[in-house]
Amino acid sequence: MSDVIESGLPAEQSSPMEAVAFHDGQGPARAAWQRLRRNRSAMLSLGFLAVLAFAAIAAPLLTPFTYDGTDFGAIAQSPSSSHWLGTDALGRDVLTRILYGARISLSLAVVGQIVILLIGVPIGLISAYFGGRFDLFVQRGIDVLYAFPPLLFVIVAMTYLRPTLDDADSGFLGVVASIDDLTGGLTGVLLAMALILWLTVARLVRGQVLSLKEEEFVLAANATGASHLRIMRRHILPNAFAPVIVATTFGIPAAIMMEAGLSFLGLGAQPPTPSWGIMIAEGVAYIRSDPYLLIAPGVALGATLLAFNFLGDGLRDAMDPYVYDSS
Amino acid sequence: MRSRYLLTRLALVVPSLLVVFSLTFFLMHATPGGPWDGASTRPLPESVIERLNEVYGLNEPIWQQYWTYLKNIFTEGSLGVSFSRSGEGVTEIVARTLPVSLQLGLVAILIATVFGITLGVVSALKRNTFTDRMASLFSIIGVSTPNYVVASLLVILFAVGLGWLPTGGWDGLFSINILIPAFALALHPMALLARYTRSSMLEVWGADFIRVARSKGLPESTILIRHALPNALIPVATVAGVAFAEVVTGSFFVEVITSQPGIGRYFVDSIFARDYPVILGTTLVFAVIVMTMNLVVDLIYTLLDPRVSYE
Repeated sequence: MSDVIESGLPAEQSSPMEAVAFHDGQGPARAAWQRLRRNRSAMLSLGFLAVLAFAAIAAPLLTPFTYDGTDFGAIAQSPSSSHWLGTDALGRDVLTRILYGARISLSLAVVGQIVILLIGVPIGLISAYFGGRFDLFVQRGIDVLYAFPPLLFVIVAMTYLRPTLDDADSGFLGVVASIDDLTGGLTGVLLAMALILWLTVARLVRGQVLSLKEEEFVLAANATGASHLRIMRRHILPNAFAPVIVATTFGIPAAIMMEAGLSFLGLGAQPPTPSWGIMIAEGVAYIRSDPYLLIAPGVALGATLLAFNFLGDGLRDAMDPYVYDSS
Repeated sequence: MRSRYLLTRLALVVPSLLVVFSLTFFLMHATPGGPWDGASTRPLPESVIERLNEVYGLNEPIWQQYWTYLKNIFTEGSLGVSFSRSGEGVTEIVARTLPVSLQLGLVAILIATVFGITLGVVSALKRNTFTDRMASLFSIIGVSTPNYVVASLLVILFAVGLGWLPTGGWDGLFSINILIPAFALALHPMALLARYTRSSMLEVWGADFIRVARSKGLPESTILIRHALPNALIPVATVAGVAFAEVVTGSFFVEVITSQPGIGRYFVDSIFARDYPVILGTTLVFAVIVMTMNLVVDLIYTLLDPRVSYE
């Protein structure tokens, strides 16, 4: 800010873009970070998410209770000094379950986004770069599958997957089933989500690459005899990166919301795994007598989603120097 | 060009529906555990199961069943028979539950569109003021709060706490019962539309043709309604399809929490009951609704933007 004041410009007229000019040798990533750092709500959100992630990882150290430890002497208690957010109908500490629930939401969302990127980016890239029959096939597939609202698709897929995994005890499915068991039912959710959500990424990447491959620097690279692999890796992918990062940031809250929704319907994480969605569903039963059983996980979920959305807004503004304000 | 585009879009609906149907059909039939497992506490005798399978045609080869189901949709308008509700037809159940959800959904879409666009326009016109900040905060909170949380909080606040509204139930379109579920369904799409309207309006408001209109001395209201809005709404129309699909999937949660006798709650019930024919039938109904909405939105889009010509 100091250089703005020194230059004598009224603070209002200096957009973030002007304030952070490209200095010599400063890469676009660094410039974007500089712009992001000036966005108060994005930085606050980043801080909140960092604290949440730390609390999720350190949960066993932070709380004397376990997420599935029932205490029938302390059933459905209101918040107190020993149970900060009270206890649920089985006498389990609500705060502890929320902290462990954060593990589920955050890890599933992050792993989910990685899987989706690993599927969607190569398919979108190859499809747009080479065009032809594969592209047509991918496009048609995307068009047809887009008729399925993602949540409906995932619900139908889980309706099949949940009992299938519960039944499987040998072969490949048996291995998946035991992993699913270990992860409290989350591997199934991950599979179902990845099956449909890569479409969005593939479509986004495809659109980017279609315009990028006509750019002069790609033609130039082609003329100098660079291989297709090199052109894709060095010239196209880095330039298609920014929108993908922004989409991934917005994809995380979408995935968290989807997991919570599935768990709410009993198709996601399996009890006693403390998913926020399960906690909300359990809370609905006590909506009259103990509303805080619903409010606590509801607020945790809402605040986390809000933080990711603020961060996404900030990233989008920071990464696109031509957009000053489009939130 | 426009009519040809719409024809192409219509032609795509048939394969899309067929894919949705086939995928759901085979998934539901590949699912382990038959429809008669529900009574696992007192298992049915083998002979009874045999007889049930015969009655419902479950002994036939799967291709036969697939074909029969597909044929029955067109010849009899039948979507199969519910397993859990003593042989009631899925079509009858849909006919009973869908009107409730349609009324609820249309009210929600109306709320979302009117308030979402107004909020976005006001935000953009009062850019960077307190009003804008509050409206933007409201929209980002709306986008971030799942509808089941919204519905629950509304019930806790207005029904349990203040006692102003009933906790749930359906009492027709013009009853106060509709307020909580309709608003819970509307909030997310409303916030989405507000965000898109704001950014698109900001862009249009700075355009040359607005400056020209102003220099002609046109009143601000004319500039807004005749010149700015029609252009600003074009990109908003592209997200309207996604936004309104939220109303359909949102019904699964909101109808359960506020106990509406709609198709969403019925769908969730049939998932818990593992009533596969109902899951299949209702999934098809949802797909048809979503596709119809997308078509309507596309139609509005082509009407809004005369420049659009599709190949």
